[in-house]
Amino acid sequence: MSVKKIHDQQPDTFEFTKANITAAEAILKKYPSDRKKSAVMAFLYLAQRQNQNWIPLAAMKYIAKYLEVPYIKVYEVATFYTMYNLAPVGKYFIQVCTTTPCLIRGADKIVELCKNKISKEENTLSENKLCSWLEVECLGACVNAPMIQINDDYYEDLDEKSTTEILDSLMADKPLKSKSFRNRKSSEPEKINEELNENKNA
Amino acid sequence: MLKEEDKIFKNLYNSLGWEIDQAVKREDWSNTKEILSKGREWIINEVKTSELRGRGGAGFSTGLKWSFAPKEVGTRPHYLVINADESEPGTCKDRDIIRFEPQKLIEGCLIAGYAVNAHVCYIYIRGEYYNEGARLQEAIDQAYKKNFLGKNACGSGWDFDIHIHFGAGAYICGEETALLESIEGNKGQPRLKPPFPALVGLYGCPTIVNNVETIAVVPTILRRGGKWFASLGRPKNTGTKIFCISGNVNSPCNVEEEMGVSLKELIEKHAGGVIGGWENLQAVIPGGSSMPLLPKNICDTITMDFDSLIANKSGLGTAGIVVINKDQNIVKCMARIARFYKHESCGQCTPCREGSGWMFRILDRATKGEATYADIELLESVTKQIEGHTICAFGEGSAWPVQGLLRHFRKELEKKCIGEPVFKQRKDIPYLVDQHLLESENA
Repeated sequence: MSVKKIHDQQPDTFEFTKANITAAEAILKKYPSDRKKSAVMAFLYLAQRQNQNWIPLAAMKYIAKYLEVPYIKVYEVATFYTMYNLAPVGKYFIQVCTTTPCLIRGADKIVELCKNKISKEENTLSENKLCSWLEVECLGACVNAPMIQINDDYYEDLDEKSTTEILDSLMADKPLKSKSFRNRKSSEPEKINEELNENKNA
Repeated sequence: MLKEEDKIFKNLYNSLGWEIDQAVKREDWSNTKEILSKGREWIINEVKTSELRGRGGAGFSTGLKWSFAPKEVGTRPHYLVINADESEPGTCKDRDIIRFEPQKLIEGCLIAGYAVNAHVCYIYIRGEYYNEGARLQEAIDQAYKKNFLGKNACGSGWDFDIHIHFGAGAYICGEETALLESIEGNKGQPRLKPPFPALVGLYGCPTIVNNVETIAVVPTILRRGGKWFASLGRPKNTGTKIFCISGNVNSPCNVEEEMGVSLKELIEKHAGGVIGGWENLQAVIPGGSSMPLLPKNICDTITMDFDSLIANKSGLGTAGIVVINKDQNIVKCMARIARFYKHESCGQCTPCREGSGWMFRILDRATKGEATYADIELLESVTKQIEGHTICAFGEGSAWPVQGLLRHFRKELEKKCIGEPVFKQRKDIPYLVDQHLLESENA
């Protein structure tokens, strides 16, 4: 089980912005009208996006009122699922996949780089307050291992050189675009690419 | 080797374009109305003829599962739920179906929904697949625009809606009842079965839960006939399957192949061979991290299908093949998998919640060379105490990989577990204390 800690400094109030209220109403339409509680996960995402990628307790209380469910029901969902951040994270939130398929292709080197370039400890902001990093479990891109997720995007087929470039670009607040860093289009065998290139050249 | 014309996912590498117009050119949606007009009985029978088995890991007959849904809709509506919570280490096939062949999935949803009398379908996609989820939503919107979904979908007279529900990083939500709990807005903790979801599922209503790949192959099966699908592969292990080959291979890839293809062919022909050559192979995890690993001598001859892997005390699972060569420390690899299960246990059943931690700590000690010879017996005993004593199959999933290690790599483990037990080294400590508590890090 994962253990998540609530941040010690909490804002007093939280309310959805107008745009998010519209989004929230659209989400509620997906579920039967007497099953509002189903929307709690989507609402927590909305709150997280609105509040610099973390969820304060005030937001959980607000969502509980909005959905007419007890506060504890929102709290237990927010603490159960690992993707809800309950404490501030960097503007660039780096999740390093270190499960076995990535590990055997060198994920521990990426972890070392994060330790050197961003912060010694996981979940700690870098000195310039831009980045924070975290080791996570399988992100489901094993064929493109090793890989990291930065905010919503997957950076795939990494090695030490490309990871250094990515981390440097984040620390300079000029992030590189997400892609496969061995120039793969998807999960195709690389041989196919080589054959295609050879045919083009011929 | 699978012939090009028998491939179901022609756009697996996005060489042809994922948008609906290109998908229609690949025959998606070409005669959906006609298929639906043949009726529920025909659809379910055709899927039964194809002997399609669920692609999510358990390998249960899909046609049979559909036939468990009540024939008539009573007071409670029926639901179809698609499991796209792909989190099994080594598996990344559903991601490519969602990114590059979304219309196959959407059409499959409509057909399956019609077959089990459901008007509403929820696709539960893992939260990390944010971009993939956005792509799927775009594909669904395109299908709505062409009236393939919505009121009178495809002109069949059947109303059908698809909604996406994002998960939030819980592996356990890939278990079908935990997934239903999660859609209901609860913690993802599995329910006891029976009652099975087919009778009491989402919101207490009859619900059919299927994997993405299972549903995405259904339209092609109905178009080309169940007999065609059954003619591929081996008896009872029919059709094609997407294999994800990762780890120590020269070119890791996803590839669609016939069921029953040999493992060696998959690795050598499609993935460019093991790094350092076939002789450098140490072990292969054949079906995602939950399945026990296989040592090289079994890998030499094994074929990849449900039954032949079960005969070798492993399983096809999700067909996520992780290749481990001799440069890797096998104990470290399995310790990392044990850590995965420790992190992902939902905490509901004590054997799994506590046992997964015990297994990780013992293997972690072994990796560091701090384990004792008594630890091997202890480890084996812990796996036996988890297996079969939990509500869901997660318990087996966490215990099996460790049992596989014990079965095939006991010697490697023995080499690492050489210390004297702590109670023999430090006599001032009463032995009622759990050994791991004596280490300062875990205290």
